[in-house]
Amino acid sequence: MPAFELFQPASVADALGVLDRHGADAWVMAGGLDTFDWLKDRIRRPRVVVDLSRVAELRGIKEANGGIEIGAMTTLTEVSTHALVKERYGLLAEAAGLVASPQIRNQGTMGGNVAQDARCWYYRAGWPCYRAGGNICYADTPTSVNREHAIFDADRCVAVNPSDTAPALIALDAQMVINRGGSELVVAAQDFFVGPGVDITRLTMLQPGDLLTAVRIPGTWAGKQFYFEKVRDRQVWDFALVNIASAINASGNSISEARLVVNGVAARPFRLEAVEAFVRGKGRDEQTAEQAGELAVQGALPLRHNGYKVPLMKNLVKRAIRGAGAWNS
Amino acid sequence: MEFVNWALSPWGESILVRISWDLFWASLVGGILFLVAHGGYMLFSPHHKREAGEVDRMEAAMPGLPAAIPRHSFVARMFHWVMAFSMLVLVFTAFLPVVGVKFAWVYWHWMAGILLTGSIIFHIIHATFFLDFWSIWVGPRDIPEAKAEIMRDFGVEIGGPKPGKYPLGNRLYHLAVMVAGLGAIGSGLLMMTRVRTPIFDRNPYLMGDAAYGFTYVLHGLTGVGFVGLIIAHIYFALRPEKFWITKSMIFGTITRRQYLEHHDPERWAATK
Repeated sequence: MPAFELFQPASVADALGVLDRHGADAWVMAGGLDTFDWLKDRIRRPRVVVDLSRVAELRGIKEANGGIEIGAMTTLTEVSTHALVKERYGLLAEAAGLVASPQIRNQGTMGGNVAQDARCWYYRAGWPCYRAGGNICYADTPTSVNREHAIFDADRCVAVNPSDTAPALIALDAQMVINRGGSELVVAAQDFFVGPGVDITRLTMLQPGDLLTAVRIPGTWAGKQFYFEKVRDRQVWDFALVNIASAINASGNSISEARLVVNGVAARPFRLEAVEAFVRGKGRDEQTAEQAGELAVQGALPLRHNGYKVPLMKNLVKRAIRGAGAWNS
Repeated sequence: MEFVNWALSPWGESILVRISWDLFWASLVGGILFLVAHGGYMLFSPHHKREAGEVDRMEAAMPGLPAAIPRHSFVARMFHWVMAFSMLVLVFTAFLPVVGVKFAWVYWHWMAGILLTGSIIFHIIHATFFLDFWSIWVGPRDIPEAKAEIMRDFGVEIGGPKPGKYPLGNRLYHLAVMVAGLGAIGSGLLMMTRVRTPIFDRNPYLMGDAAYGFTYVLHGLTGVGFVGLIIAHIYFALRPEKFWITKSMIFGTITRRQYLEHHDPERWAATK
């Protein structure tokens, strides 16, 4: 591994001080699961690594303003097993519980899961693609291996966001708390993630020097009807080919409000606002599910090897609308 | 300061990627410094205008001239403003993200590029077949005019030659914009082969890495060049002593006195 100067601050203030001093030379490390891939492959060579594992104030889950606040360094195991999260925000508990493997969930953190980088292997191999500051997307050529790549919103780069918790957080209308230059910046989870059209070198709005400190989930969607499903090549220790998170507020069988988010199909979690508008006021039945599925994939542009994502996404949307009966029909 | 960015290709070759954004800042700061320096000089220097009596004498000698003389036809003015609009969209969509204003710029950028390309093709045809094609070019015959202009700027009272339809500054600017514009358009069209558009079939391997690298660098250089050129253009367009030219690009005409003061009737015969 390339040599770097390691800082292990004990407080957010100390961490921000180090980040402020070293700017773009500093690399923020949460659980280290994304970080050590980059460092051990010698693709990234930061001069300074800021290990947040000793910052106690970034850990834990607490009730706040009718919702909950999850510290960025809270492990995914804690999120997936926490009684309050399971009771009120089962969607997030389920998404966190499906990340990778138990060992990785014990080490991986909430902040790290949402802030992790793209998994496109051309990019991860250190090739000079658009995302790495170059002028080509190696995954979008006639001979590319692009089975896992984007079917929506590709703008030069076709990498996808690999997070499982990100779509759940957007469905729950969460807010991301960022410390930027000593000031607290609170942004909707939906705006936290950015596509390549806006910034081709990042998956989130985090800039050098920024520190994601917490995730706040309002009470608005607490205890509603949730659906999360992750489709992957193997049932453990794998990223999603496509995953879906939905939160539905229904009275009887009628949907009064819904939020549906799909990940693994674009560089940012893909919120299905057209589907949300379509299902509002409709019954939670097969006909609605079928039409919602068709609507969801309109505009999809598959690459050479990922055409399967179109019917996969369509079916996941149908199942999310069906909800509890999804597996039986 | 870096001039270009290099990367290591998958085959281990060092390849050009694009220009360094340091050059954008250099062009921006350079353009601003130029206008501050020029503005300061024009404010405090002893530069000379032509004497008013010369125009009076010419006006008396040419009583048949109309009060308003057409300088730019409606079609020529439309072309200018469409091109200006597309240029501004191109420059802002290219460089706002560099200065930190993040938005999905690529779509707007290539759309403006297509508009610019179309307007330039139109302009070439229009200028070649419907305008006085040679009136905009510079050549050895302009050396006496350049010399007289420079002497006037340094405070020497001098008569000397006048231009035809376009002052020397206009023609030099046109030359610079033409070179930068054709470079930007040619490289931009090649770069579009790596972007999804409804116009081309995407083919990122149309050229080799080195050729694409050169193309990206050329596009970047012309782009940052336009930052300085546009600053200079807007500055001169708004300068009081040049504003009559700007007005003519809006309304199409100049006054009889402006015609006689700034143009040589032998080289540009006024029409009614």
